[in-house]
Amino acid sequence: MFALKQLYRGSSNLFKANKNTTQLFSLLAKYQQPMMIMNQNRWFSAFVNHRDTEDNREDTPFEFTPENYEQINEIIAKYPSNYKHSAVIPLLFVAQKQNANFLTLSAMNKIAKILDMAPMQVYEVASFYTMFNRTKVGKYHLQVCGTTPCMLRGARDVMQAIREYAHINNDEISEDGLFTISEVECLGACVNAPMMQVNNEWFYEDLTPENTIALLEKWKKGEEPNVGPQINRNCSEGPLGRTSLFKPEEIEGVHERDFVEVKKQYDEAKAKAAAAAAAAKK
Amino acid sequence: MLKLFYNAAKQRSLSQATTSASLIRNSQRMFRSSAQMNQQFNVYIDGRPVKVDASYTIFQACQEAGYHILSLISYIESRFLDSAIMKDYQLPATAECAQSKQKDLQNQQITQPLITLQLAACATNVRPDLKVITKSEKTRIARGGVMEFLLANHPLDCPICDQGGECDLQDISTVYGYQEGRFMEYKRAVEDKNIGPLIKTSMTRCIHCTRCVRFTEQIAGEFTLGQVGRGKYNEISTYIENMVTNELSGNVVDLCPVGALNNLPYSFQARPWELKSNYTVDVMDGLGSNIDVHIRGSDTLRILPRINEEVNEEWISDKSRHAFDGLRKQRLHIPLLRKPDGSFGELTWEEALNKAAEVLSSVKGDEIHGMIGQFNDVESMLAFKDLLNRLNCDNVDVRKNAPHFKADFRNQYLSNSRIIGIDETDLLLLVGCNPRLEAPVLNARIRKAVGVNGLQVGIIGSATNLGYDYVHLGNSPKTLQELAEGKHPYLQQRLAKAELPMILVSAQTLERSDGEGIMNYIYKLAENTKLINKKEKWNGINILHTEASRVGALDLGIVPQTNVTKKPKVVYILGQDNFRHEEIPEDAFVIYQGHTGDEGAYYADLILPGASYLEKSALFVNTDGRPQQSRGAQQPPGFAREDWMILRALSEQLGCPLPYDSLDEIRTRMAELAPHLVRFDVIEPSGFEELGLKAEESKLKLNNTALTDNIDNFYQTDSISRNSMIMARCTKELNPKKQFNFKEHVQTWMTH
Ligand code: SF4
Ligand code: FES
Repeated sequence: MFALKQLYRGSSNLFKANKNTTQLFSLLAKYQQPMMIMNQNRWFSAFVNHRDTEDNREDTPFEFTPENYEQINEIIAKYPSNYKHSAVIPLLFVAQKQNANFLTLSAMNKIAKILDMAPMQVYEVASFYTMFNRTKVGKYHLQVCGTTPCMLRGARDVMQAIREYAHINNDEISEDGLFTISEVECLGACVNAPMMQVNNEWFYEDLTPENTIALLEKWKKGEEPNVGPQINRNCSEGPLGRTSLFKPEEIEGVHERDFVEVKKQYDEAKAKAAAAAAAAKK
Repeated sequence: MLKLFYNAAKQRSLSQATTSASLIRNSQRMFRSSAQMNQQFNVYIDGRPVKVDASYTIFQACQEAGYHILSLISYIESRFLDSAIMKDYQLPATAECAQSKQKDLQNQQITQPLITLQLAACATNVRPDLKVITKSEKTRIARGGVMEFLLANHPLDCPICDQGGECDLQDISTVYGYQEGRFMEYKRAVEDKNIGPLIKTSMTRCIHCTRCVRFTEQIAGEFTLGQVGRGKYNEISTYIENMVTNELSGNVVDLCPVGALNNLPYSFQARPWELKSNYTVDVMDGLGSNIDVHIRGSDTLRILPRINEEVNEEWISDKSRHAFDGLRKQRLHIPLLRKPDGSFGELTWEEALNKAAEVLSSVKGDEIHGMIGQFNDVESMLAFKDLLNRLNCDNVDVRKNAPHFKADFRNQYLSNSRIIGIDETDLLLLVGCNPRLEAPVLNARIRKAVGVNGLQVGIIGSATNLGYDYVHLGNSPKTLQELAEGKHPYLQQRLAKAELPMILVSAQTLERSDGEGIMNYIYKLAENTKLINKKEKWNGINILHTEASRVGALDLGIVPQTNVTKKPKVVYILGQDNFRHEEIPEDAFVIYQGHTGDEGAYYADLILPGASYLEKSALFVNTDGRPQQSRGAQQPPGFAREDWMILRALSEQLGCPLPYDSLDEIRTRMAELAPHLVRFDVIEPSGFEELGLKAEESKLKLNNTALTDNIDNFYQTDSISRNSMIMARCTKELNPKKQFNFKEHVQTWMTH
């Protein structure tokens, strides 16, 4: 008893008042509840280390498509040649996208070869980021945001609805191979909380359990639902509708500047100024 | 361990001071390297001013001031000048520091209150006029806090952990830790990994200092270990099933501050306080690495490296570390005589010596052939030579097929620019030499030089994975010939331009029939390059010896005999096991004196049991020409005796007693022959004159076959490692040439 009390000393006010052991244990059990929920966390079920599976072994074939090779060359060209390995994250994304959101071991090895890195270094990067799926996911990878704003607006209910509808736990694939749900951190669409991102690309916002199920049903039928808010809301406007930026056409030019042209003008102006300065000097 | 580390730090700063000038002179700074910092200023450690370099961390400044913060900071940053790689786990090395605002540009004092910050000492660089307070209540609490975090996930394994008693975490928690922790949640657990037959993993104990990762990547040059996952799920792992296969892998066990990586063969054998430490030198390669042999009772339990910045830094190879278990097998511990039926019968020493004397005196002096092996100390070789000379026998050699050395001058067979020369040279040419297998510790030094001062490496020989980039010039001596004759573009482009070039040729390559030609072409190459740079006192011609006894033998003037015509009737083998079958005539009487029943003993008619390198106090000379003393802490097993004593006793029986009775006396005799041998740990300068390094036009013959790898199995090269269980396992599992298929064998593969 004494030892236990010592153990809990200072860990939480909750325990200070408790004097009998059984109560302490029951409280301990209660305290551990949130820990149990963590077991559904995606890294826990998917081991950090690689495990050979039928579709993910060292000898599983993987080859980038010619279009993707073009893209890869473009990406690599952005970095100095001795820092080629800086391109590893974009390349991992290219590979993952090509392979139905599934980053296989052979894909990582391929990238290591392209970037002259040790395979281990690629594994280190890929296993650090939760956006890389090193285990197979469904056709629609539902990444539901669980961070505070979304959670307060009902993200847990949305998740529960999805889990019940598709009969899956976090990070599992539904029987029809369509859905995988995982909890992710804030995706920056908190104004429209709760929200989810699908396949690292499309945002579905303003979710309720009902409209989420409607989305899933549409996918199941093979339809593509509209992205964006799922309630009667335009973009991220508040309840009062649009309150600023009433004339978007006036500011359009700013967003559509032709940088090549601008650069040319700048260079010309600079050359002119230099010439003028030279003339003045004479 | 900690003490060791601090000594290392001190030694390192000394040796850095001596070599840094040349380092900077020769270095082509790499893009990645941090800027060269030589600004010096004062900082105040607990009020005491210390002058430090701007590149120092607070941690180093504290050390400079004589105050040691216990820390798990790595050795590695200071080895690599590249502080950008630093990703250390910041441990209890917090120091409270009060930093006065710097004076502004106009040098006017701004009166501002001092800011007090708590900083991680090992991660923060010093700034001018920094005032560091190392002892305050706040710091004590901060250190305890860090300690508490560290221990949160560290298992309470100490009673069953092999690191117990020499664990950095234990030490630190004793000094800085709180009496009790407040952590009450689940501790995490991590699965153990199979990373080879030498390293036992208990990954739950890992505190993610990443020393092992950085060692394998930066020093050993192998990228198999890594840090995968993140946060709570962070692990040190190989990700896929993979093994650490480099020849220095055993060192990660020493590096690991906790018991996560342990010495597998030594696991559950002993506690550190039961062990007696014995400083001696290693004989597994020509480097003469300094080792610390740990003994309990009559058992050698493990071998650890000792720090010697000029030889092995703080690493040893896996063979040096683990092969000693071969000394428990096949030992010769009693004199044996071959009976007519081919089996051996035991003898007493008296009978054995009588027999030997009888045989030796029954033939003429020139019918005796003496062969010296690779583990012999200078004393026994001297006694051997003296004894056979007294019997009018001059035919004492290392081996018939031994490399073609001239031994008129010392610089003809030494590594003239020494091991530390690698830190200074700006171009290294390896000729038929694979340092990764022949001297792994040397290879780590080369790798460091490649990384730190941009050393360029060129190779003539087989192109293998050495862990660093090199230019492969060709794989036959013909390339060397082209270089020497000025026909190869590499000469003009690089070699001729290098200020302090260095050439490293393996002694085993010189065993080829054209060894002499190769050596002569190297001398020739020296004529039109700066291989011998008198101005800089630089001699860049190096021979890398792979046998521990070779340089000592050459110092005593024992060279291969080429003009022997008479077929020997008695062959006296002193511990030689790597000879060719035809070197011993069928009908000769063979006396074998040595410690292990290997090749040599199979040929023997009479066996005189000797002592191994762990059992004798003797001298070994390394490839640099550095005489080092070994200290035996054990008795040879059974009736085995130290080799020179056996020879002394035999001389008595032969009626020509050798004039020395004790180690001192034999060393006095040694000093007469070669005075430099008794100046321990000092390298006698070989002279920078090209004495004896002239090419002889008549001997420029090459046979132009490819230069192949001299060693195909690093783990089993000699009588000790051939009898070692651990080395046999390494051969099976780690040697890529043996094609061990991990996937197929993993079922039968047992680690724990
Ligand atoms: S295994 Fe040891 S050396 Fe490697 S990171 Fe863990 S504690 Fe550090
Ligand atoms: S909290 Fe969910 S998107 Fe920001």
